[in-house]
Amino acid sequence: MSGGVEIPVVVSDIEQATPTVRRFRLTAASGQPLPHFAAGSHVVVMMESGERIIRNAYSLVDRAEDGSSYSIGVLKTRDSRGGSRFMHERVEVGSRLKISMPVNLFPVFAPGRRHLLVAGGIGVTPIYAMADELKRQGADYEIHYAVRDEAHGAFVGELRERHGDRLTLYRSDLSEVLAVREILPGQPFGTHLYVCGPQGMIDAVLEGGREAGWPKEHLHSEHFQAPPSGDPFSARLAKAGITCEVRSDQSLLEALEEAGVDAPFLCRGGACGQCEVAVVDADGELVHNDHYLSEDERSSGRKIMLCVSRLKGRELVLDL
Amino acid sequence: MITTSTFDSRPAYGGLSLDERAKSHLVVAEGDGASAVLDAFEDAPPSLARTTLLYAGPDGMAVRLAILGAAEFRRTSGRLDLMNRLDEVFATSKMGARLYVAGTESFIGEVIAKAATYGVVPQSVIAEQRGSLARRVQCVHCKHVDEEVTATPYACGGCGQSLFVRDHFSRRHAAFQGVRVDAEVPGEIPAAEELVQ
Ligand SMILES: Cc1cc2nc3c(=O)[nH]c(=O)nc-3n(C[C@H](O)[C@H](O)[C@H](O)COP(=O)(O)OP(=O)(O)OC[C@H]3O[C@@H](n4cnc5c(N)ncnc54)[C@H](O)[C@@H]3O)c2cc1C
Ligand code: FES
Repeated sequence: MSGGVEIPVVVSDIEQATPTVRRFRLTAASGQPLPHFAAGSHVVVMMESGERIIRNAYSLVDRAEDGSSYSIGVLKTRDSRGGSRFMHERVEVGSRLKISMPVNLFPVFAPGRRHLLVAGGIGVTPIYAMADELKRQGADYEIHYAVRDEAHGAFVGELRERHGDRLTLYRSDLSEVLAVREILPGQPFGTHLYVCGPQGMIDAVLEGGREAGWPKEHLHSEHFQAPPSGDPFSARLAKAGITCEVRSDQSLLEALEEAGVDAPFLCRGGACGQCEVAVVDADGELVHNDHYLSEDERSSGRKIMLCVSRLKGRELVLDL
Repeated sequence: MITTSTFDSRPAYGGLSLDERAKSHLVVAEGDGASAVLDAFEDAPPSLARTTLLYAGPDGMAVRLAILGAAEFRRTSGRLDLMNRLDEVFATSKMGARLYVAGTESFIGEVIAKAATYGVVPQSVIAEQRGSLARRVQCVHCKHVDEEVTATPYACGGCGQSLFVRDHFSRRHAAFQGVRVDAEVPGEIPAAEELVQ
């Protein structure tokens, strides 16, 4: 459990938010209040699937006022090899799961003069929590939410109810396009933008922001990255003296966990830096899929993020 | 995601260089900071057409800045006047503007602190230190900020304790930290050393 403390929870409610998104209410099994979290946080949900433990990160949508529960929104991904399908098909009211402590890699910059929240599809989950937090603080904010159609927009009704005309919806079935070029001009000095959604959308929004002359420090993003697949390879741990095989449908981190290695992690999405490990030797090319290492660190070939990156080659030797 | 850490060690500020993608430039300088502005903007006429320049300092430098060709140049009577003027500029500016500051550490710190009240991330401010190398130090005990500190330890202007200047610069507070020097053995205060050569 190198993700730190594990909190046992019971699923107390399941809501079919859209044909493909379910909201799960996770209630603390102990009856003790769950920790407070700042908007933008996620937890790693641990699911016992029988053969293995699946660990996926899910953003926290809200926390019950009395602290007894959190909710998360999970999209059933089309070619899921595990987690989201497990959540949709096997988890029922009463199911027991474990979650990590909340981790925040996507915080609201509180002093911001105005906040533009931009969501695409399931990327709405942290944005939902941020909008609530900003509303509570009486801050100035706008929500821009792109969905396929009204039925596929998770939480649209709730967002409209809570935030009124601060919400702008972009429906692709009506050919409405969320164009960052249109929402950036004229924003007051000190405005911050937050985007969560598909990679293409994040890239376009960030690039649009830089194009409009915004400093990168005012452009915040989170990408729900699942570990990409690749060729199998073996990983040798120089200090522990263990070698394990990494299958093509497995991440390096998962292979180590399967081999009983207590490897460090927090986000499992290539963003937090927790799983960084020094590379002793590699007889092939490192395939870096993270958002954490700098260009220089990548090209040095001396570091790798266990959760999302791999080797295109035969053997990777790690300083573990 | 904000990944920049709050505490950066020296050097505190990298130097003025033009952000080519900025739609406009807000440049503020004091005293010798003018020379950094001249170095960075002299060869950038197209950018100058989108530049607002505020300056507090001596005549000679003010004249050189005045003829630089910024779209708007304003010489203020001193730091206080400049800071007041800056409020108006920040209140009406739009995103796409980039803030630049040049001058002493205390001046840079004050400008960044003001910008921060408008929601500007301190790390996004492009700054260059010119002129006095004296430090801006915040007492970790009483939070008082002393400007122009030149020796360590020094007496805090707030609580009067003898403070050692730590070599850690907080971008957020735009200041070094001062910590009580005689915490271990009260009353044992070493001789002061010059901070700046
Ligand atoms: C910070 C963060 C926040 C997130 N928040 C949300 C959210 O709020 N809602 C939401 O729906 N999703 C969220 N995600 C995405 C979520 O964690 C899963 O990636 C997503 O649900 C898809 O998982 P899956 O198990 O269905 O699919 P898979 O991608 O099949 O993942 C199943 C498991 O197998 C592993 N795996 C799968 N394929 C491979 C492969 N090819 N190679 C190696 N390993 C593989 C994964 O590590 C995972 O543990 C978030 C991700 C991050 C990083
Ligand atoms: S666990 Fe966060 S980067 Fe790998």
